[in-house]
Amino acid sequence: MNAPVVAPERKGPATAIHPGGPAPVPTSPLPMAQAINAGLRAAMGRDETVILMGEDIGRLGGVFRVTDGLQAEFGEDRVRDTPLAESGIVGTAIGMALAGYRPVVEIQFDGFIFPAFDQITTQLAKLHYRSGGDVEVPVVIRVPYGGDIGAIEHHSESPEALFAHTAGLRVVSPSSSADAFTMIQQAIASPDPVLFLEPKARYWSRGELPATVDLTPDGVVAGLSHARTVRSGTDVTLAGYGPTVATLLKAAAAAAEDGVSAEVIDLRSISPLDVDAVAASVRRTGRLVVAHEAPTYFGPGAELAARVSEECFYALEAPVLRVGGFHTPYPANRHEHDYLPNLDRILDAVGRSLDH
Amino acid sequence: MSEFLQLLTPAGTRVAPDPGAGWYGDPVARPAADPATAHHAVEQLAAHAAELSPSDLRVAYRHMVLTRAFDREATSLQRQGELGLWVPSLGQEAAQVGSAMATPATDMVYPSYREHGVAQVRGLDLRDIIPVFRGTRHGGWDPRAYNFHIYTFVIGAHTLHAVGHAMALQQDRRRGLEGPAAVTVYFGDGATSQGDVNEALVFASSAQVPVLFLLQNNHWAISVPTTTQSRVPLANRADGFGVPHLRVDGNDLIASYAATRYALTRMAADGGPFLIEFVTYRMGAHTTSDDPTRYRSREEEDAWRARDPIARLRTLLTDEGEADEDFLAAVDAEAHELGASVREFTRANAAGEFPEVFDNVYATPNLQVDHERATWDAYLARGEA
Repeated sequence: MNAPVVAPERKGPATAIHPGGPAPVPTSPLPMAQAINAGLRAAMGRDETVILMGEDIGRLGGVFRVTDGLQAEFGEDRVRDTPLAESGIVGTAIGMALAGYRPVVEIQFDGFIFPAFDQITTQLAKLHYRSGGDVEVPVVIRVPYGGDIGAIEHHSESPEALFAHTAGLRVVSPSSSADAFTMIQQAIASPDPVLFLEPKARYWSRGELPATVDLTPDGVVAGLSHARTVRSGTDVTLAGYGPTVATLLKAAAAAAEDGVSAEVIDLRSISPLDVDAVAASVRRTGRLVVAHEAPTYFGPGAELAARVSEECFYALEAPVLRVGGFHTPYPANRHEHDYLPNLDRILDAVGRSLDH
Repeated sequence: MSEFLQLLTPAGTRVAPDPGAGWYGDPVARPAADPATAHHAVEQLAAHAAELSPSDLRVAYRHMVLTRAFDREATSLQRQGELGLWVPSLGQEAAQVGSAMATPATDMVYPSYREHGVAQVRGLDLRDIIPVFRGTRHGGWDPRAYNFHIYTFVIGAHTLHAVGHAMALQQDRRRGLEGPAAVTVYFGDGATSQGDVNEALVFASSAQVPVLFLLQNNHWAISVPTTTQSRVPLANRADGFGVPHLRVDGNDLIASYAATRYALTRMAADGGPFLIEFVTYRMGAHTTSDDPTRYRSREEEDAWRARDPIARLRTLLTDEGEADEDFLAAVDAEAHELGASVREFTRANAAGEFPEVFDNVYATPNLQVDHERATWDAYLARGEA
């Protein structure tokens, strides 16, 4: 029998610096889409096992141009235009991760993630657990998500609750260019799979990038877990993430004109939820309003409300209120202003909370 | 039944393959490949078959007999209530052992969930499969230790993982890294209807990566016959994906080995995927929860029993004077000991303490898991108070 039984042992994935070295961090304020692009570029420059895969991400640079220029810089092998099949994209990314790579895949729109639902929930999320910790599957799934861009159906959805309900996944969403730049690099560095939800309505909002990103193991876990207080206040806590944070800040500013001091918390991570941060705030304010574009029914706000009532029931002066999408399919876009947690609906909830 | 490549008849005699038969398919002429004709393939296949020395055939026979003994014991243990479920490999030993013996130990293998014969060849302690079916843990072994991935129960899902793994090998080579040549993946006739398997073929062909699709057509997807999955021979489906293919007698150890060697050799030359359909038969039930008498005839089972993969190899070894009674008796004794060892292991195999369910949900500390673990600890503490 001539079958070779001993082949040269495969070398582990090298962590090589891109010949040019990591690109310098831009210093001028960048739109979120470009901030993510800069984060991807930094991660790819740092580690040649980082591979981007998705539909139209190469020559086109993605339908939102988030990967613009990366194929020209890193080549077709590392920025791969795939066949048009979402399950195939995620499934092959799992295989690459099992073989030592760090794939970052793009699902073109929120509503098109469902062909990959099985690979994400029964395979990606569970492999570390099923193998008793023997294998890690560091796959990042980038998804432009959320509404408010006047799109046709399937292009404006917020499916995060479905994935937050799946043990083994981290589900995060940045609200600013700074966090987008930082968190995409931390997601890529994470040994756990990460669903990275990009609020597409905020792709064009500008913000400055941080000079440094904490990519130590502890820094990565913290960066993908913890909420941040983005405005301090004393009368009511407003919590949200991703596209909703900007609306919450507007609501807090409007409330301040009426003499109401609202604290705004950017949750940043949907799974896990940083309940401690929210509960600490509620212990001071006594009131909580949670807002997200996803339907409130079985949504992240429901979980947060339940946990806050468990953690600080006696600090609450009012029931936890939720503002979000309804238990309907995402409506035709002429209705989306009313469907989404807009400024008026959030202020209405703040008023109802304070009336208690 | 359409034609397949056969090198060892059910009667246990060697035969030369017929190059005019429809067991060979090559939808794409690739410059790196040798002249792609069935006549050329016949020469290569005969050469690969000749690689199997008498000693190799005895090794194969031992693997097959041990696999069957293990499988019978596990089936019996399920009947005794010791396992929650068992998925028998009975009848598929030649396809599994032949293909696995042709696969370099360094190539990653992605099994489905019935590949106990492949596990045997890969060097697993077969008892490590037991916890998965006893319900004491999900995975039974470290995939990295054997280059043998844990079983996948979602039909066909792992075919994409194998393709991705092969994409990684391709990328390794582009980076100048040494590494194994290929990845192999096992799946069944039912799986060919799954979207993931079709996407796996699309991605493998599109990227031209070295993944070998090892399709065991055992004729039954639980109670549904292969004819419900496909109106054409399953191997022919590879044509539409641009993937060359062979259809072989999966109860023929020599053909199964030679076909796999042929495919891997060709893949090493051209870098692309290949598919082999092993025409075999699930002689047992789908699982121990299944009752085949409800959907297939005794006559059909008898016809396949006459094509038994182990019997024909034993006949060949005996007829060619390569296995005497002592050898056969020694293998039987080893199989008997394996059965006893599996029984003993199974009855003693237990899960750990409950909080182990919180281990390894994530690879890193996680607020939610930590919280729930704490609620469990508090619950226990209240019970002790």
